[in-house]
Amino acid sequence: MSHDITHDEIAHDHHDHDHKPKGFVKRWLMTTNHKDIGTLYLIFAFAMFIFGGAMAMVIRLELFQPGLQFVEPDFFNQMTTMHALIMVFGAVMPAFVGLANWMIPMMIGAPDMALPRMNNWSFWILPFAFAILSSTLFMDGGAPAGGWTMYPPLVLQGGHNVAYLVFAVHLMGISSIMGAINVIATIMNMRAPNVGYLNMPLFVWTWLITAFLLIAVMPVLAGAVTMLLTDRYFDTSFFNAAGGGDPVLFQHIFWFFGHPEVYIMILPAFGVISEIIPTFARKPLFGYVSMVYATAAIAFLSFIVWAHHMFSVGMPLGAELYFMYATMMIAVPTGVKVFNWVATMWKGSMTFETPMLFSLAFVILFTIGGFSGVMMALAPVDLQYHDTYFIVAHFHYVLVTGAVFAIIAGAYYWLPKWSGHMYNERLGKIHFWWSTISVNVLFFPQHFLGLAGMPRRIPDYSTQFAEFNMWSSIGGFAFGLAQVFFIYIVWKTVRGGEKATAEVWEGAKGLEWTVPSPAPYHTFEDFGPVDLDKMAHGKTH
Amino acid sequence: MSEASKDQYYVPHLAKWPIVGSIGLTVTVLGAINLLNSENPGTPWVMYLGLAIIIWMMFGWFGEVVKESEERLYNTQVDTSFRMGMIWFIFSEVMFFACFFGALFYARNFSVPWLGGEGTGLATNEVLYPGYEGVWPTNGPLDLGGQFTLIDPYHLPLVNTLLLLASSVTITIAHHALRANNRKQTVIWLIATVLLGAIFIFYQAEEYVIAYQEYNLKLSSGIYGSTFFMLTGFHGMHVTLGAIMISVITVRVWRGHFRPESHFGFEAVAWYWHFVDVVWLGLFIFVYII
Repeated sequence: MSHDITHDEIAHDHHDHDHKPKGFVKRWLMTTNHKDIGTLYLIFAFAMFIFGGAMAMVIRLELFQPGLQFVEPDFFNQMTTMHALIMVFGAVMPAFVGLANWMIPMMIGAPDMALPRMNNWSFWILPFAFAILSSTLFMDGGAPAGGWTMYPPLVLQGGHNVAYLVFAVHLMGISSIMGAINVIATIMNMRAPNVGYLNMPLFVWTWLITAFLLIAVMPVLAGAVTMLLTDRYFDTSFFNAAGGGDPVLFQHIFWFFGHPEVYIMILPAFGVISEIIPTFARKPLFGYVSMVYATAAIAFLSFIVWAHHMFSVGMPLGAELYFMYATMMIAVPTGVKVFNWVATMWKGSMTFETPMLFSLAFVILFTIGGFSGVMMALAPVDLQYHDTYFIVAHFHYVLVTGAVFAIIAGAYYWLPKWSGHMYNERLGKIHFWWSTISVNVLFFPQHFLGLAGMPRRIPDYSTQFAEFNMWSSIGGFAFGLAQVFFIYIVWKTVRGGEKATAEVWEGAKGLEWTVPSPAPYHTFEDFGPVDLDKMAHGKTH
Repeated sequence: MSEASKDQYYVPHLAKWPIVGSIGLTVTVLGAINLLNSENPGTPWVMYLGLAIIIWMMFGWFGEVVKESEERLYNTQVDTSFRMGMIWFIFSEVMFFACFFGALFYARNFSVPWLGGEGTGLATNEVLYPGYEGVWPTNGPLDLGGQFTLIDPYHLPLVNTLLLLASSVTITIAHHALRANNRKQTVIWLIATVLLGAIFIFYQAEEYVIAYQEYNLKLSSGIYGSTFFMLTGFHGMHVTLGAIMISVITVRVWRGHFRPESHFGFEAVAWYWHFVDVVWLGLFIFVYII
C-alpha cells in the first residue's frame, strides 16, 4: 500500500505538493512524517505539562496556609509523586523529542528521520504509558505516593499501583530508547553530503549527546524498576537487608540513571539557547567548538557523580569526598557555556523579541539554579539542605526556568516556521514578563524555606514558614495561569496572524530558515549538498 | 521503478503497525499487572492476547520491511540506518545487563560485607544481626529461603559455555557460506546454531529444576538467589529470543532473501547472538565460578 504512494511521489517534482495523508487516522495515527510526529510530541508534552501543572496547583493550594485544608496527606503525596513523573517523562522529555523531530532533519538537510516507522512508534507508546500510570489515580489505594524516585521500601508499600508504576516506566523507557536510537541514526547517517560534524548546529550536537545518554541510562532505570517489581511480587531480596540486599542499592542504581537524566533534560535546552542567542545578538555563537566539548564533558561527568544525591544515606567518607569533588567539576564545562552565551552577546546588535527574552531569563535563572547546585555539592553542608525546600527550589530553577523556559523560547523561535504565522509579539512579551516574575515569586522564597529547615514532600508545616509559602503559592497560581495564556497565544498563531517569511528572523543562520514558512510537508527530499553559507557554522570549519 | 529509488532515501509514508504494537504492549502490560495483583490465581489470557498482538505486529512489520527490501527500495544509506539502529539497540541491552551485574557487584563487595560488620556496618551487625558472617554466597542474615547448595560451575554451566561458544562458531561459518553464496551450507550451519541454542536452553531449564527441587536454591533465596536467577533468567530469555530470530533468518535464507553482498537481517541477528554469548561469559565467570 505504502509503496504505491512512494512511487507516485518519486514521479512528481519534489517541491510542488504536500502529499499530506488524508483523514485523521492516516495523518496522525499512521504518520511517518517527522514534522507530524514532532507536532504530536509537542501537543502531548503540552497536555502533560498542563496535567502535571494542575497537580502542582493542588500542592500549592494545600501549602497556601499551614494546617490541612483541602487534601488528605496521602493524596498530597500522590500529587507530588505524579507531578514529578508526569513533568519529567511526560512533559519535558517529549517536548525536547518533539523539537528534535521537527528541527534536526531540517537543520542537517535530511528528508526525514532515519527510521520513520519507529519514530511513529516511539511517540504512540507514550499516550498508552501515561494512561496506565494515570489510571492509578482512580483506583483503590490511589496513585504511587512514594516520590518519583521510587525509593524502596516505601514505594513497595503502595499496594496495587506498584505494578502499574513499574510497567508504565518500562513503556516510557522503550519509547525513549527508540526515540534516541532514531536521533543518533539520523544525525550520524542523514546529514546532507557536505555537512560535517563540526558544521552541525549546536542543537543537533546537544541532541546527539543527549541521545547517547538516553540509550545508556534508560535501560538501567528499567533494570531498577524490574528489581522493585520482583522484590514486591516475587520475593527477591535486592533491596531487603534481611536477605543480604540493601535499600541503598536502589538509590545507587536509580541515580546512576537519574543524574544523566537531569542532563537529558537540560542539554537540549542548552542547544536551543545556543541557536537563539546568536540570532538576536546578530553575532556567530562564541566558542562553538568549546561548546561542543563542554557538552561532551558534562555528559561524561554526569555518569560519575550520581551519589551526590545520597550524601545523607551513610556512605563511606571516601565516597562522599569523591562525589563531592567530581560534582564540583561539572561547574567548569557549565561555566564555559554560560561564558560563551554572554560573550556571544558582547557588543552584539541585540534585539529583545520573546524568544530572546526567554533565553536571557534562561541564562540568568539557570545560573542561579546552577549555583545552588554547587552549594549542595558540598557534602558537609548538604546534610543541612537534604530533602528540604532548598533542593525543591534548586531543581525547579534548573528545570522550570531552565528546561521549560528553553522549550518555550524554542516554541516562540520556531513557531513561525512551523505554522507560517508570526505570533503576536505584544502578547509574547506579556507572557514572558508574567511568567518570569511569577516563577521567581514561586520558587525564590523556597530557598529561604529550605535553609530554615522546611522539609519537602509534606502537606503541613510549622507556622514559621507560613509567609514564604503563601508567596510561593501566589506565584504558583500566577505562573500556572500564564501557561494557560500561552495556549491562547499559540492557538491564535496557528489559526492566523501575520504571514512569516522564510527567514523569519533577521540574520538567522541555519538550513531551517532556507525553506518556506510554514515548512513544506517534505523538505530536502533530493538529499543533495546544501549551501554551507546558510549554516551558522558552515564555512568556518 | 526500483532503480529510481536508489538515489532516494526510502521514507515509508504510512505505518499501521506501530499503533498495533502499542495496543499489544498495553494489553500485555495490563494483563501482567492484573495477574500480579489478583488475590486468587488470576487468568493469564489477557497477557497472552497482548503477546499474540505483539507477535502479529512483528510478523506484519518485519514482513513489510522484508518486502520492501526484496523490491530493492533500500539503498546503502537506508542499510546504514538499520545497522546503527541495531548497534545502539544492542548497546541499550548491554546497559540493561550492566544494571544487574552492578547489583551483583554491589551486594558482594558492599552490602553483604557491611551486614557482616565490616567498615561502618559494625553497629548494624552487632545490634541487628549478631553472628552474621557476611560471606558470599549468602541468603542474608535472616537466612531467607533456608539453606541452599550452589550449582557446580564445571558441570552443566561449563557444558552450556561450550555450547554457546560453539554456536558462535557455527553462525560465523554460516555467515561465510552466505558470503560465498552457498545457500545450502548456510542453512545447515544456521540450523546447527539454533540446535546448540536449544540445547543450551534445555540444560538451563534442567539446571533450574535441579536448583529448585534438589538444591533448595530459589528466586527467594536472599540476595544470592535474586541475582542468580535474575541474571541467568534474563540471559535465558535473550537466548530464546535470539534462537527464534535465527530460526526466522534460516527460513529467509532458505527462501533466498539474502544476497552475498547484502544481508543486513542476517548480520543483525548474528551480532545479537554474539552479544548474548558475551553476556554468558560474564555470567559464567562472575555468577558461577567466582
